[in-house]
Amino acid sequence: MSVIVFVEIDNQQYKKSSLEAICYGKKIAQTMGISCIALSLDTLSDTATLGTYGADRVISLSHNAAFTSDNSAQLLADACKQLSAQIVVVSNTYTGKSLAPRLAVALDASLATNVISLPDTNGGFKVKRGVFSGKAFAYTDLSKNTKVLAITPNTFDIDNSGSSATVETLVVSAEASKISIDKSDKEMGKVPLTEAEIVVSAGRGLKGPENWNLIEELADLMGAATACSKPVSDMGWRPHAEHVGQTGITIKPNLYVAIGISGAIQHLAGVSSSKTIVAINKDPEAPFFKAADYGIVGDAFEIIPQLIHALKN
Amino acid sequence: MKVLVCMSVVPDTTTKITFTENNTHFNKDGVQFIINPYDELAITRGLELAEANSGSVTVVHVGPAENEASIRKALSMGVTDAIRIDALAIDAQFVAEQIAEIAHGYDLILTGRESIDYNGGAVCGLLGALLNIPSANVVTEINYADGTFSFTRDIDGGREMLSCKGPVVASAQKDLCEPRIPNMRGIMAARTKPLQVLPPKDLINASQVSSYESPAPKSGVKLIDPSNAQELIHILRNELKVI
Repeated sequence: MSVIVFVEIDNQQYKKSSLEAICYGKKIAQTMGISCIALSLDTLSDTATLGTYGADRVISLSHNAAFTSDNSAQLLADACKQLSAQIVVVSNTYTGKSLAPRLAVALDASLATNVISLPDTNGGFKVKRGVFSGKAFAYTDLSKNTKVLAITPNTFDIDNSGSSATVETLVVSAEASKISIDKSDKEMGKVPLTEAEIVVSAGRGLKGPENWNLIEELADLMGAATACSKPVSDMGWRPHAEHVGQTGITIKPNLYVAIGISGAIQHLAGVSSSKTIVAINKDPEAPFFKAADYGIVGDAFEIIPQLIHALKN
Repeated sequence: MKVLVCMSVVPDTTTKITFTENNTHFNKDGVQFIINPYDELAITRGLELAEANSGSVTVVHVGPAENEASIRKALSMGVTDAIRIDALAIDAQFVAEQIAEIAHGYDLILTGRESIDYNGGAVCGLLGALLNIPSANVVTEINYADGTFSFTRDIDGGREMLSCKGPVVASAQKDLCEPRIPNMRGIMAARTKPLQVLPPKDLINASQVSSYESPAPKSGVKLIDPSNAQELIHILRNELKVI
């Protein structure tokens, strides 16, 4: 029996969310008295260091398939079967969420996405999940013997006090994929919004897309990803991928800075799990101030330059 | 082209989410239910593709009779016919297994990216695996030419173009299209369109919600003087150490 953690690679590096997943997997493995195995679809120069995050074994998969959602799930399922997986942990990223359901079917497992707690294994297997787009949480009992968990990035701490592990190779196979990837456009080195630790977000208060250079400069100085409100994305000022809220994406950064966003219930749903929330709005009655930890009542065009100035010093 | 769209019915986005019976049930009192917004996109794009390729669109919903008003709305958008599987949706796996029973014979199966109530985002991939067909989640473009479907989808930090032959299942993301608004003719026609009710398949649950919790309220905002906004940077840097 084992806990298998699928690690994702971006720009020839293991993603932070995957390191969180290994630490998470290790804790489950310890509770259940089984081993934690990190699985990587590729070998990097630092693959052995995955051991320091808690992997008892680090396995690089040997295969000759192209990666698409259907056959990478098959490759992983093959590995999980060979390694007697009891728990499979992936990150709740687009990649993880495309694999997790297919894995659950292949392994006849219970599936839980948006997981934000370690399992309570006292007399069962219960996890806490984010539901209603951030407006609530659900404690969910998983009843099948095997479980596939997609855990929310930026939720669990990283501990790299372990020792490095030997990298083993496992031969796995999959049928030829029925879907082909024709092109992939990725902004290298840019942290996806769902995994960002700091997010600077703006709304209609910015008055027009031409003013977003201020937001981008502020975000750059803070090492933040940029986001926006629904109206801003609907008007085409910013791409839909930046829209956070109930019908956009739900995020959970350490710091969320909302500028010129009133704080409609649908927007707050998507960001309320942020650890610290800062609201900047010229309307003192903006609902966002009730959901924020820090607030500045003032005009974005006067406040942002002050913040930029302070960050540069 | 035969298109199947999987539809869920969810609380309106403005709903304040509360629970009853010691936080074990979602409180439906006074809640307005709507077609899941992403499913509306799936229906609309399904209709556009079917219309351009002399096809038809069927919607399938797993839910109780009280959700039929939303199914009629889908029919009024132009959907050809509907199937309701008469069961309470327990989880994504339950829903996908029920739908898989009736999902054979379609060229394209669409779902929303996720439902805005349980946010599983799993039905697309589950159906793909259950039917052993490719799945493309979070798609912002779907086109069809010469027997091949092509998709653009969101990936972490970018986007990807995919292509394959049908049958294929894909989940709709914002930007796929503008949701179609039913016209009077569509509303009249919807009243008599076929809505088949099927009994559910017996299944063993894979999961079950035991209780709910609401997020803890914030303890109160600390206001910073707008003429001294740099104080915020000082706090973030030195007190909270988040930047």
